Amino acid sequence: MKFRPVLAPLIALAVLAPGPAAGQETKKLAVPYIQFTLPNGLDVILHEDHRVPLVAVSAWYHVGSAREKPGRTGFAHLFEHIMFEGSGHVAEGNFDNWLEAAGGDNNGSTDNDRTNYWETVPSNALELALFLESDRMGYLLDSLNLEKVNVQRDVVKNERRQSYENRPYGMAFLKLPEELFPPNHPYHWPVIGSMEDLTAASYEDVVQFFKTWYGPNNTSLVVAGDIDPADARRKVEKWFSDVPRGAPVPPIAAPPAVLTSEKRLTLEDHVQLPRLYVAWLSPHLFAPGDEAMNVLARVLASGKNSRLYKRLVYDLQIAQDVSASQNSGPLGSAFILIVTAREGHGLSEIEKVVSEELAKVKRDPPATRELERAVNQIEAAFYGGLERVGGFGGKADQLNAYEFYAGRPDYFAEDLARYTSLDTDDIQAAASRYLRDDARLVLSVVPQGKKNLAAQKKP
Amino acid sequence: MKRTAVPVALLFLVLALTASGQTGAPGKPDRSKPPALGPVRPLKLPPVSELHLSNGVPVFLVERHEVPVVQVNAVVRAGAGYDPLDKPGLASLTADMLDEGAGGKSALEISDEIDYLGAELTSEAGWDATVVALHVPVKRVEKALPILADVVVRPTFPASEIERVRTDRLTELLQWRDEPRAIASVAFARALYGRKHRYGTATLGTESSVRGFSRAELTAFHVQFFRPDNAAIVVVGDATAESIQPQLEKAFGGWKAAGNRAAAEVPAAPQVPGREILIVDRPGAAQSEIRIGRIGPSRSTPDYFALTVMNTILGGSFTSRLMQNLREKHGYAYGARSSFDYRLSTGPFVAAAAVQTDKTAPAVAEFFKELDAIRKTITDAEVEKAKNYVALSFPSEVETTGDIASKLAQQFIYHLPNDWLQTYVSRIAAVNAADVRRVASQYVDPEKVAVVVVGDRSKIEGELKALNLGPVKTLSVEELFAAEKK
Repeated sequence: MKFRPVLAPLIALAVLAPGPAAGQETKKLAVPYIQFTLPNGLDVILHEDHRVPLVAVSAWYHVGSAREKPGRTGFAHLFEHIMFEGSGHVAEGNFDNWLEAAGGDNNGSTDNDRTNYWETVPSNALELALFLESDRMGYLLDSLNLEKVNVQRDVVKNERRQSYENRPYGMAFLKLPEELFPPNHPYHWPVIGSMEDLTAASYEDVVQFFKTWYGPNNTSLVVAGDIDPADARRKVEKWFSDVPRGAPVPPIAAPPAVLTSEKRLTLEDHVQLPRLYVAWLSPHLFAPGDEAMNVLARVLASGKNSRLYKRLVYDLQIAQDVSASQNSGPLGSAFILIVTAREGHGLSEIEKVVSEELAKVKRDPPATRELERAVNQIEAAFYGGLERVGGFGGKADQLNAYEFYAGRPDYFAEDLARYTSLDTDDIQAAASRYLRDDARLVLSVVPQGKKNLAAQKKP
Repeated sequence: MKRTAVPVALLFLVLALTASGQTGAPGKPDRSKPPALGPVRPLKLPPVSELHLSNGVPVFLVERHEVPVVQVNAVVRAGAGYDPLDKPGLASLTADMLDEGAGGKSALEISDEIDYLGAELTSEAGWDATVVALHVPVKRVEKALPILADVVVRPTFPASEIERVRTDRLTELLQWRDEPRAIASVAFARALYGRKHRYGTATLGTESSVRGFSRAELTAFHVQFFRPDNAAIVVVGDATAESIQPQLEKAFGGWKAAGNRAAAEVPAAPQVPGREILIVDRPGAAQSEIRIGRIGPSRSTPDYFALTVMNTILGGSFTSRLMQNLREKHGYAYGARSSFDYRLSTGPFVAAAAVQTDKTAPAVAEFFKELDAIRKTITDAEVEKAKNYVALSFPSEVETTGDIASKLAQQFIYHLPNDWLQTYVSRIAAVNAADVRRVASQYVDPEKVAVVVVGDRSKIEGELKALNLGPVKTLSVEELFAAEKK
């Protein structure tokens, strides 16, 4: 991420904060769009929304840390930073200077599978945003120098320190993907990368990465908001048509990731309280079972009445917080439970209760109300993304996400239908199939010198 | 930077801004200069209707029909600033307890119903008000409003839930010791305001104050401040006066006040007298959290708009001087910023960054260079650019139902004029460069600041002392929080 200090997702999390929903009495959920492809391969999607005089420009480059070479972890994200440092016709600093002078904001983020960039500008500045976005797509290398790479290397190292090293429990998120995915799997290394690899990144790496992955034929561009589609199309054609097509991008393949036993690990950290992480490999994004695992996460840990929250935090009061999440990506997913113990309680005690509750969801379907409660929450969350046109998670970003992951920009209704069609049996089936005791990672993070608080293997 | 090339969007002078005339001619575009901006399209804010319930509670309504959701915020003048000085955290704990039992429903029942409706219900005490916020699909608003009203008007404060929430807060306070930002924030507030001013202690309170609260104190605080003559309701979204007013009347119309309305006022804080550096030691820390600042003005200051523009130049945007210096020039940090925290009384001004440990002293020196420089020189072009940024990006601050609701809540809390949102952009446009320069030298005085650095003392103390900024004190994290307990 360029500068907003947000925890980088473990794996392709950026996904589809669920979009909107159609209740029976409301009209069908739809985000109408116009789509066309430029001769150079750029995939363009336009969407009109005139609530406020803003336009969101969102570019998704279909490359993330999964494409990194050995010894260059963290490079896709470092490259993202360099994209803001000027291009052939934009002197260093002017990308931000010009946007801010026009009342615009911008940012970007990198995950395992894609790198996204956005500008949100007053609608009179659409052409400025397109000029800047197209100039770095076409002419980034014309103004590249080693000094830019070096400064952003330092900035990214500080991002790593701020988000991981100097943050309580931060190192756990570097450990989880390494332990869940095998070394030859592209999700094995964290997006932020290692300090050594960031140090090793060279000027030539930047050149090669740009030439390999940043062509218009590996990119989709959404322009959404206060636009006239015909006018926006002309402007996109004007600014992007001279960007040359890149070499064809090879498909990515991932070897199977399989856990064949239970792994137990303990990390010591500068923390007051021990925290338990239990993680499983789970269905890929949009694969059957992905939606059931999303609902299961809510059944377990969303709201006071969710299974784990109620037992651990509300009734027994031995935990401070619990969370459960299905972290889905196109090449792999992980279902992760996190529980922080209260003072005076160890993680074995926590794990015992977690195991009891997992046994229940594997044995019996949840109550209909539990399912409906979760699906209603998901449905309502779809609306949240519709209220904003730009930025992370806004409509422009979501249209790009669906285009990339589902193959169609307006996939909102289909995505929601995955949830509304679920039955309580589906939740039980997914729980018993994927949350296996003999194929999971149990990570304990404990205060320095307190390994006795870790979750111990059962005798 | 080529300032002449900046496409300055002269506010409202639409004539000066007409488009370049060329739209999308095929062939190579002219990249020799950035494309001219078209005329600014005006932001048409929907009107704010002010209604009243039969008990006098004002309702501010903005209709937005594009997305089928409604945001309803109950805003009560009952913030942490209203805590008795020896009871810090009372407002905050009261706010937290509102949905832990209300109107005959248990904490679990309230949570189940809200979740089932796909609603979000939050309750939080800031410095100046408690806001209970409901966001809900419009098809379920009628079922959610009575729960909102129960939570605001009829909380029951069950003893067992108080104990549960108390333990939750004590644990949260314990966990602050792990968080460099939380440590910096506690130390900085104490350094600026001391123990005798409410702003010197976090809204949440301290370990000892949280341990001490009784049920009677919570209910008394609620009776005293949560009353119809001390509250407003803000509604934004897919609703009309006709549809929402009867529902609000049914839910909130019976809310009655008991006794006289309590008054509370946070006094203005004296300015910090000189310059002192406090190091809070975190052995092995990869970064140092830096806070430099002083007492700022209250929200009612007539300099609000000039300060907003000045701070945008100093540390309120990506192209600001602090961000460009600490991050883009030196690479010491992922980000650097400054802000004024406007409250009913004198909130803090702070410049802040997390910097790599071995660059701590150089980073502090750069902060002081910028704090000096902003008082000496601000160019007209910087002022124009900052004004354009603040004014022209305003639409993105009023895009969602939640955005607009929180602006209207501010209007009520800070007694802002009813046309505040409509006139915001023109008030920014009216700021002149002389005012920006004046407020920089008036409010940013680097001779009179508190400096807090949370980091590895063994690696930073010597260098910081060598900067000769002023006396350097040190505390361990435990000592900082032990001092808090008293």
